[in-house]
Amino acid sequence: MSIIARTGPGRFGVYGGQFVPETLMPGLSELERVYDEARSDPEFQVEFHALLKDYSGRPTPLYRARNIEREYGGQAVIYLKREDLNHTGAHKINNCLGQVLLARRMGKMRLVAETGAGQHGVATATVAAWAGLECTVYMGEVDMERQAPNVARMEMMGAKVVPVLSGARTLKDATSEAIRDWVTNVDTTHYIIGSVVGPHPYPTIVRDFQAVIGTEAREQILAAAGRLPDQVVACVGGGSNAIGIFSGFLADDGVELFGVEAGGSNQGHAAALCLGEPGVLHGSYSYLMQDDDGQVLPAHSIAAGLDYPGVGPEHSHLKDTGRVRYDTVTDAEALAACADLARREGIIPALESSHALAFARKLASGAPAGRIILVNLSGRGDKDMSSLEGAAHE
Amino acid sequence: MSEAALRLDAFARERRDTGGKLLVPFLTAGYPDREGFSLLLEAVAASGCKVLEIGMPFSDPVADGPVIQAASQQALDRGVTMRRVLAMAAEARERHGLQVILMGYLNPVLKFGPEKFAAACTEAGVSGLIVPDLPHEESAPLRALMAERGVALIELLAPTTGTGRMASLGRSARGFLYLVSTTGVTGAGGPGDLTDTVARVRAACDQPVCVGFGISDPGTAARVCRLADGAVIGSALLRRVAEAADPTAAAAAVKEFLTEVRAAIAAQGESS
Repeated sequence: MSIIARTGPGRFGVYGGQFVPETLMPGLSELERVYDEARSDPEFQVEFHALLKDYSGRPTPLYRARNIEREYGGQAVIYLKREDLNHTGAHKINNCLGQVLLARRMGKMRLVAETGAGQHGVATATVAAWAGLECTVYMGEVDMERQAPNVARMEMMGAKVVPVLSGARTLKDATSEAIRDWVTNVDTTHYIIGSVVGPHPYPTIVRDFQAVIGTEAREQILAAAGRLPDQVVACVGGGSNAIGIFSGFLADDGVELFGVEAGGSNQGHAAALCLGEPGVLHGSYSYLMQDDDGQVLPAHSIAAGLDYPGVGPEHSHLKDTGRVRYDTVTDAEALAACADLARREGIIPALESSHALAFARKLASGAPAGRIILVNLSGRGDKDMSSLEGAAHE
Repeated sequence: MSEAALRLDAFARERRDTGGKLLVPFLTAGYPDREGFSLLLEAVAASGCKVLEIGMPFSDPVADGPVIQAASQQALDRGVTMRRVLAMAAEARERHGLQVILMGYLNPVLKFGPEKFAAACTEAGVSGLIVPDLPHEESAPLRALMAERGVALIELLAPTTGTGRMASLGRSARGFLYLVSTTGVTGAGGPGDLTDTVARVRAACDQPVCVGFGISDPGTAARVCRLADGAVIGSALLRRVAEAADPTAAAAAVKEFLTEVRAAIAAQGESS
């Protein structure tokens, strides 16, 4: 018998739920109520979409990468959804713009967030500056070192970046610390979770705000190619950019969807879906990297944004139903894919997004002529320069 | 219902009805080490406490502050597993006659297997279970499973819990209600005035009420016990263990501290 009920708040199949301390439950109810109102409020939608357009620069382009097509064997047609061209350099801003409007509706004057690669932290600091709210970002000490430029950006916009020294000092520990802050300050503070993880209603809210990626990409590819893509590829850490682009194609049975987890190196991996099993971490029931005693295992990836032992509950459901196929790419493959795109296209992708590119290369090799592969280029790689230089010297 | 849950229900109620107060110390299983933990059990029993909360270490304790986080990590580093936690619970019950409440996060229980865990709790003589990341909305299946085995799943209430919600939590609660004193994690700043909150709990629920989180000294414990039926002390106790030179000194410090707290609670009982 499972003690995880199939029916309950915020389920994706059996996954999801609200596994948090009682102190937070009223805060989650408030968020759910305010989000339900906002979702059906035309004024909210107008304001959100105006910000996406005028502040973040949406719609982001869909770019046919002909140089990389040749690099990948010349058969497949490769389109990149350029989320890296958003303001702040990644898809994370989509979610943050929506959530800061929710914070304002709830009258919360302070934002907290966790960050791994720093992209979500930067996006949160950005919307906090825009809205005039106080902002605290928790970041693992290890990540502060490897993503130093993003720490400087957050601080420049007035956010307080708090180093997290517990555990592996990466995203998992930063998330735990952000939750502890929220438990303490729930009356005044809105917690902007950066991915489709956490307790209900977060996985739904973040998915809905990121769905703009898939909506745009679907229209753009129909206009550009005259048909739907054969395959869509996105990297999966918590899984928000993937859910965002997949959501545009979930109902199209002919479109194959691929989520790419971090296969890491001999130091470990971050493949919760491919190598983990269901469990509870940070508020939801989902696939999880854990040991035989139910302790959460440290993740490893060269991409700080994928360096997380859990994954969003909707991905767990999509894995079990078979609608999305999940696979892994190693650190080395991601680094090579990053270098290829930089050299061939003049685009430096984030190491996270490079996982999707490396997998697209595998799909493209031996593909029948004319196969269309759509890759979500979720962020840009400027933040990774120190990791990239370090890897080049090894 | 089995003897163990009846034991905790009846014990807590009898205490309340006779005006006696419940002091519930919290120890992390296997902390500071296995032998040191046994010494702490002796110290708890020698101080006159009857109920003990034992923390099952978890890698990601989101409801806990730095002191209990560090204790959990140290216990995990020394190889504490769920099996070993249950053996330590049995030791507390059998050797010292303590009523044992286990406190731990959901994932290790899921991984152990909830049915197997419930059976093992009964075997070890455990009376109650607290799962801080299992709120009322998600707790019914585990509560039923534990109740079949005679273990009370204790509900937590928080200052943010609305009165209507308190009533529905109270309807299903076993053992006693655990009132979280303040919004925050364990070991944070002490509670403010709880008069209104405790009054709201009393009005909505019938069970005895114990207050935990931030009860750091004898005076605070006594103040809390003027309103509620008991107090839980965790971080303040473990801090004394962490600061002690060795496990023997830690046990002495724990015994001394709990004796002081019990005296302070008793003194306020006489003066009120």
